[in-house]
Amino acid sequence: MKLSLGPLLYYWSREDTLAFYEQAAKWPLDIVYLGETVCSRRHLLRLPDYLELAEKLSAAGKEVVLSSQTLIESESDLKALRKLITDGRFKVEANEWGAVRLLAEARLTFVAGPTLNAYNPDTLAMLAEMGATRWVPPVEMPREMIKDMLAALQPLPNSATWIETELFGYGRLPLAFSARCFTARHYNLQKDDCQFRCLDHPDGLVLTSREGEDFLAINGIQTQSAKVMSLAHRFDEFAAAGIDVLRLSPQARNMHRVVEIFRALAVGDIKPAQAPAQLDRFMPAAPCDGYWLGEAGMAFHPVNTPVTEGEPA
Amino acid sequence: MSNPALLELICPAGSLPALKTAVDNGADGVYLGLKDNTNARNFSGLNFDEKSLVEGIRYAQGKRRKVLMALNTYPQPATLSRWHKAVDTAASLGVDAIILADPGLMDYARKTHPQLRLHLSVQGSATSYEAVNFYRERFGIQRAVLPRVLSLAQVENVIDNTEVEIELFGFGGLCVMVEGRCLLSSYACGDSPNTFGACSPGHAVRWEQTPKGMETRLNGVLIDRYANNEKAGYPTLCKGRFEVQGETYYALEEPTSLNSMDMLPEMARLGIAAIKIEGRQRSPAYVAQVTQVWRAAIDAVKKNRETFKTQPAWQAALAKVSEGSMNTLGAYYRPWK
Repeated sequence: MKLSLGPLLYYWSREDTLAFYEQAAKWPLDIVYLGETVCSRRHLLRLPDYLELAEKLSAAGKEVVLSSQTLIESESDLKALRKLITDGRFKVEANEWGAVRLLAEARLTFVAGPTLNAYNPDTLAMLAEMGATRWVPPVEMPREMIKDMLAALQPLPNSATWIETELFGYGRLPLAFSARCFTARHYNLQKDDCQFRCLDHPDGLVLTSREGEDFLAINGIQTQSAKVMSLAHRFDEFAAAGIDVLRLSPQARNMHRVVEIFRALAVGDIKPAQAPAQLDRFMPAAPCDGYWLGEAGMAFHPVNTPVTEGEPA
Repeated sequence: MSNPALLELICPAGSLPALKTAVDNGADGVYLGLKDNTNARNFSGLNFDEKSLVEGIRYAQGKRRKVLMALNTYPQPATLSRWHKAVDTAASLGVDAIILADPGLMDYARKTHPQLRLHLSVQGSATSYEAVNFYRERFGIQRAVLPRVLSLAQVENVIDNTEVEIELFGFGGLCVMVEGRCLLSSYACGDSPNTFGACSPGHAVRWEQTPKGMETRLNGVLIDRYANNEKAGYPTLCKGRFEVQGETYYALEEPTSLNSMDMLPEMARLGIAAIKIEGRQRSPAYVAQVTQVWRAAIDAVKKNRETFKTQPAWQAALAKVSEGSMNTLGAYYRPWK
């Protein structure tokens, strides 16, 4: 089981971001995803900065992937996308189909990101045929559906490698994207004059129900779960489901602790049942694992309980 | 390149009576779905079985109107054949086009029924011409419905760089999130538009009168609470009142309807192929009202785009049927963002 560090979904200061990746170079990770996937207004790091980071991480033995923006709205978004792809030194994670088109045209292999919505083997096979060497299922896809996907996928005729499956295994779930910035809205600012208030919320801005239940987290134009998806206690289910890579999504504090615990799981130093107690104090919020079980994403089953089989929701 | 502005009026048909109402009131086309999760309005009591579909197609096409079938959810491995069968049904009954979101399903439709016209659904989340042209090159799509996230200037940029016809939402319920990229509903209750075909589905909804007021819940999560003088609305997740840093408000979006009628002259200038009216879950009375008003408005703008003015009577008629009785220009108007 390989471990990856997903793209940073939040907006941190330049110093904090650079320090984070300087540390990450030393963490027991196999793959690091870099790049801005949420908002094109975030500019403290630009492509040359990411490329410099990529070189450093690569020199530290990490596989580096550059993640593309999820919501493309303007010509300047497309320009940035083309630059990312034409650099060519590092593999790209495509997060919408315009990027897939450009990558396939350039005959480059790529990672198919979670927002490409590959919900069935036909679409997944098409992505593989166009050059995807790894895919990230939509974050809502249950374990049983991932199994069905891989069971139905035929190996490509001229392909030496099987497409890898990377599961979003830890972090606040990226649930929705909008043209509207909800952080700016909270501060009664327009998006074009947002004053970059995201900088004040390094793990997102929690939205609660009127009964005080933590429900969602606002992250600019992205809406996340308030709870942290954590599948640490289900680590022994991944092999049977065909998972090759587990994605850990960056958080502002104690990320190295999180990575170390998952590495300990991967090498068998700790048992899945022991993981939640160890992880607990390093998590910014309570855990959830419902999506993996085919339930409401916010649900949580602390122990490994059997799930009734049925048609996936 | 810009096509001549067809400005077809495409109206929602959640049932056979709604279809007939839309046709009788001047829709150029209707869109509809089957009674299952192959389309994104999978609500009980809505949609078409084969018998009503045959009758609907006969009625609409008999009056030279188009029938577009939405198969715009994402097929899943265990039930893939359901979507394939739906495409076959659409082809054999002779619908004018099918509206799809999933590339795998487009590939099936293209190979199995090459004569069938394909539209890219808003659920396909294509917001750039690079994405639209991907579907064009690969599957020969003829039209794309753009998500309700682009400003008109951004729409123009798409139109300038593709030969695919562009359809825009004109009126009705407003998704604040990019369609096809929203999992809020499944996070709360397990079912999302992508796979189940419904957002905030009825089975997860509870209404409860309490001493504090009427409460609406989705799988137990309090979405909104209404004072006695407030009209309670359906607990669509993104339109509830929540608390952020001690402030309670519509944190994501107010319960408003999209109404882009003021932008019709600009849409005509851009060469928009069709205007879509949202609301397959609404009554035939809604369909009648909205279709009549938009028919009049589109006829007026086609006659003279320079002198076109939205009539107060039209807006009054639409306000009566708007969700939350409020209207917004949505993302077409930049400050909304």
